[in-house]
Amino acid sequence: MKNVYINSVGSVSSQNTTDDADFLKEIISYNDTTIPALNPNYKDFIPPAAARRMAKGIKMSIVASKIALQKANLETVDAIITGTGMGCLHDSEKFLSAIIDNNEEYLTPTPFIQSTHNTVGGQIALEIQCKGYNFTYVHGSNSFESALLDAKMQLELDEATNILIGGVDELAAHTILLNKAIHHIKETPVESSKVLNSNTKGAIYGEGANFFVLSNKKQDSSLAIVADLQTFNTLPIQSVAEKAREFLLANNLHPSEIDALILGNNGDVEFDTFYNHLATTDFQNVQQFVYKPWIGEFNTASSFGVLLATNILKTQSAPKAFQMNNIVSSQYKTILLYNQYRGENHSFTLLRQC
Amino acid sequence: MSQGIAITGMGIISAIGNNVAENYNALVTENIGITRVSKIDTIHKNDIMVGEIAYTNQELETLLKLPPENNYSRTAFLGAIAAKEAIKHAGITDISAYKTGLISATSVGGMDMTEKYYYQYLEDTSTQKYIAGHHAGDSTQKIAEQLGIQESLVTTISTACSSAANAIMLGARLIKAGKLDRVVVGGSDCMSKFTINGFKTLMILSDTYNTPFDDNRKGLNLGEAAAYLVLESDAVVKAENKPVLAYVKGYGNANDAFHQTASSENGDGATLAMEKALEVANYKPKDIDYINAHGTATGNNDLSEGRAIIRVFGDNIPEFSSTKAYTGHTLAAAGAIEAVYAVLALQNNVIFPNLNFHTQMQEFSITPEISLKEKPLKTVMSNSFGFGGNCSTIIFSKEAK
Repeated sequence: MKNVYINSVGSVSSQNTTDDADFLKEIISYNDTTIPALNPNYKDFIPPAAARRMAKGIKMSIVASKIALQKANLETVDAIITGTGMGCLHDSEKFLSAIIDNNEEYLTPTPFIQSTHNTVGGQIALEIQCKGYNFTYVHGSNSFESALLDAKMQLELDEATNILIGGVDELAAHTILLNKAIHHIKETPVESSKVLNSNTKGAIYGEGANFFVLSNKKQDSSLAIVADLQTFNTLPIQSVAEKAREFLLANNLHPSEIDALILGNNGDVEFDTFYNHLATTDFQNVQQFVYKPWIGEFNTASSFGVLLATNILKTQSAPKAFQMNNIVSSQYKTILLYNQYRGENHSFTLLRQC
Repeated sequence: MSQGIAITGMGIISAIGNNVAENYNALVTENIGITRVSKIDTIHKNDIMVGEIAYTNQELETLLKLPPENNYSRTAFLGAIAAKEAIKHAGITDISAYKTGLISATSVGGMDMTEKYYYQYLEDTSTQKYIAGHHAGDSTQKIAEQLGIQESLVTTISTACSSAANAIMLGARLIKAGKLDRVVVGGSDCMSKFTINGFKTLMILSDTYNTPFDDNRKGLNLGEAAAYLVLESDAVVKAENKPVLAYVKGYGNANDAFHQTASSENGDGATLAMEKALEVANYKPKDIDYINAHGTATGNNDLSEGRAIIRVFGDNIPEFSSTKAYTGHTLAAAGAIEAVYAVLALQNNVIFPNLNFHTQMQEFSITPEISLKEKPLKTVMSNSFGFGGNCSTIIFSKEAK
């Protein structure tokens, strides 16, 4: 089986991740219940007339995917695989509220067309005229991981050489209200550095798009190797550490051999226990990072975790703000990521230096 | 590349029947499921026709023995019914005896509940249980729970109307790659005001019975349905001495990269998908005995698909038909519904008729089968195409090799 490399990344998030020059140099702290992504200069990537018709999720994805392609020095790819937990929420809300408000009259098709979950994958294919394999996964917090798993399988079996994968989700006004009503979003604003100690229900919600070119060919731009990935629809809290050990063992690794553990804590007092369980047992002597307090929780937020891991492996340094414990590794060769949302759809992802 | 993946069970619920036997009976007796809409309060009720499932949500809840406080969308109800039939049909009593996954497809997910309570959610706490059921992955998680699939690979695909074909494709690939021993694959989509109005604004809904591949076709009828197949590795089939219904032999997905909703005039994506599937199956076009076409009865699809079929098959076009006149277009579930029909065609050596066809299309001379035809079948090709230029083809075969 062939190695699978991450050859490039492209990102739009609520941190400085779009441009290389200031990539995660200064970490922005937020104090809110939702954190929107920073808008890049869309004009540099999308003709303004086209951009006007696009919701933020589509625009962020086109920017992130174009940057990823550029950095991998590619015009097109063999396949495009997208993950999105909630899909094109803004257009869904727009079309649905129009149906209700106008009693099914005076509707226009554009928001309906763009509400389809595979709009982003289809738009990117149109943009780069890619007629290859095009899948969209929409499975909660395993949406991005499903895309990663699919791409990895194709590259290992040499069914493709270059695959663009990405995770995208966008915030939308009514859905924010609904998630506040059921306390999936925290009631009151919390400062980023205090999110993990908030001791309250719910998370700070965010949005973003992180795209990657994966390849079975190493090149100068290669950043990391995707060594392994496993997803679980359910996992009882008492099994998390055991599954992590099994996952590492399958890769001939012991928890003590991991240089960094990147966790998906979002400050939800009900569900951070899953992460804390790992952090305080098998991996208590491993350097630990968290990122969701600074970018918010969304179904594909874990794609930012992969972005962070990739950057740590490449630069051998990490933003101090994201560090959760006091341990500092002397080098970063192997990074483990663990993510879940509300106790469902768990994933372990293992990245190596290349 | 040409080793087929065994299908050992299937389940279905659609406008023409609540299980596999009822669906088959309707197909061979030409009993269509298209009616006026009765379960959704829409101003369009007199100018559209749909393929509705007879059961109410209440009845489905009772069938599944769910407590009243459940938060199932209709998509989850339908999916659970069909997936459970598939598991039973495959003779599976211990789901965790093998590494078993679930790949489900949906486009509407929990939209049926969201559109009912969209504003009410904010005032009426009794409706709020449905909020977290909106996202597409929720119905899949519930189906997995119904089947007892735990701590495993479970995911959801949403590529519009090709979704379930893609779920079948991923499942076959996961077994080939050794990631799973067994996988339940398929899709579920319920009727919703959202999709009715969406397709209405696109002006592709027929005001009468849909007529695939007819020159005077007026558009599609929406349908609701769910269907699942059980795929198992050769090792499981051998160890359990399982009867195999048919094999997933070939698959291909390609993108038309032409327009967000319309298919290219010459069906580039569809052609590529069929060619890829033939390549994976290691078949030549002449090896295909019957094509269950996507055939939605929209002006655009049937022309584009017909041209693509001609490009792939040349002068030797196998018998083809669309079964959408029976069920309506069941969106993300369509690929799984028609996979069940493809397996039934293979098992019974019959080609299902393309109902409501009267007038030959002017753009080409190919004609669908319009009456039930008995023919020894070894292979069936099934097409599913969706928004976003998504084109998928699956080839089913009686033989593994």
